[in-house]
Amino acid sequence: MAEWTKHSLLDLKSLSVEEIEMILETAKSFKEVSSRDVKKVPALRGKTVVMLFFEPSTRTRTSFELAAKRLSADTINIAASSSALSKGETILDMAKNIEAMNVDAIIVRHSCSGVPLVLADNLSASIINAGDGCREHPTQALLDMFTINEKLGKIKGLNISIVGDILHSRVARSNIWGLTKLGANVTVCGPSTMMPAGIEKLGVKVSYDIDAIIPESDVLMLLRIQKERQDDKRLPSIREYAKIFGVNQERLRKAKKEVLIMHPGPTNRGVELSAEVADGEYSVILNQVTNGVAIRMAVLYLLLGIREPVSA
Amino acid sequence: MIKSPLKVMDKENIRRAILRISHEILEKNKGTEDLCIIGIRTRGAVLAERIKESIQQIEGVEILAGILDITLYRDDLTLVATQPVVHETMINFDITDKKIILVDDVLFTGRTIRAALDAIIDFGRPASIQLAVLIDRGHRELPIRADYVGKNIPTSLSQVVEVVLQESDNKTDMVKIEDRAD
Repeated sequence: MAEWTKHSLLDLKSLSVEEIEMILETAKSFKEVSSRDVKKVPALRGKTVVMLFFEPSTRTRTSFELAAKRLSADTINIAASSSALSKGETILDMAKNIEAMNVDAIIVRHSCSGVPLVLADNLSASIINAGDGCREHPTQALLDMFTINEKLGKIKGLNISIVGDILHSRVARSNIWGLTKLGANVTVCGPSTMMPAGIEKLGVKVSYDIDAIIPESDVLMLLRIQKERQDDKRLPSIREYAKIFGVNQERLRKAKKEVLIMHPGPTNRGVELSAEVADGEYSVILNQVTNGVAIRMAVLYLLLGIREPVSA
Repeated sequence: MIKSPLKVMDKENIRRAILRISHEILEKNKGTEDLCIIGIRTRGAVLAERIKESIQQIEGVEILAGILDITLYRDDLTLVATQPVVHETMINFDITDKKIILVDDVLFTGRTIRAALDAIIDFGRPASIQLAVLIDRGHRELPIRADYVGKNIPTSLSQVVEVVLQESDNKTDMVKIEDRAD
């Protein structure tokens, strides 16, 4: 297997196929750790991981925290609302102050694209992007790829459709980068007002008709309509979106027998998918969550497992 | 001083050593009750599988077997230059109150065994843990000893002991000692 050389995980755009495969392969071993009675190994004992979340999160934050704790690292949570940012400190100053307390990794989520890149350029701690604006959410895409590979045995050649608000979705972007690198045929589908101009340059097909793409899809990845990011009116109403793009039992009748229904969460039942579909036989939404811990353990282990190369 | 590589065990020697260790395990444990075997990746797992088969031939009983990856328990993770690849640990049974035979290919400093003991104890509380190794080359850095030894080989610290096994290396079984290149 190739050697891991990256110091931070900022996006999938900058990862090679080998690096993505290495994370997915390493995660397989870590999944077993979470199934034990004693869900803890000493690999990162003595390391400190700080989580800087400037946006609300339950799944990703809990998942990262569990991943770090199961590797025996110490974790600290900083919520933006209770931080010194409200006193006028810049993010960079704040991060530098945290780093000055000798932390090994900073996991950051921010509503502005590129914040993790700025931190990585200015700090020596490992930076892990837990979602930056509309740009990337690399660990989510990695856990999606892990789940697809686990359920269908491969990624190469699969027809994977990403449906919803592509414009605002960092999950979609990370998945497009990752899945196309691993050889999947990716189609993005959604209302034209939520389709970024030029998205086909990333190597994806564009569709505006979900019923046309369902029959050939091996995976349907549904995205949440992000109410917090709808600054301008892009949809006449949520109800109309549900009617035209929402996945329900009726629509799924035309789907492949082994189709996977995926969702990065949180789901809005009755909007992007119906409750029966979310809890139905094709849904792997909770498998995604389980696999998320393994992926984040693999990422933390690869980034922090060694301090620096030594000449032995 | 040995200059060229010296072969210290061949295929037949290894086969007999495993057969003898299997008999010793059965004798000491008075049969196969509660007995299970755990091999340390990679070659310990191969040897564990062979001992298991050997015990099955002698006693007609199939004992439980597992594979242990100790990467996450190593005490030198921050010292090694490249990331050790983590492999899956496969212990699909409850080890509580079992008599565990831990198997590795070479016993050297004892640090691998220390890590393996920590890992096993995270899985439960076995009745006992016994250690079986193909080669004991000395130079212990921890108070650890083997219960079953294929062959004791006195070595100098500058030498390397190489164990080759058909299943893991796709070459005929043998053990050789070599002087380190540098």
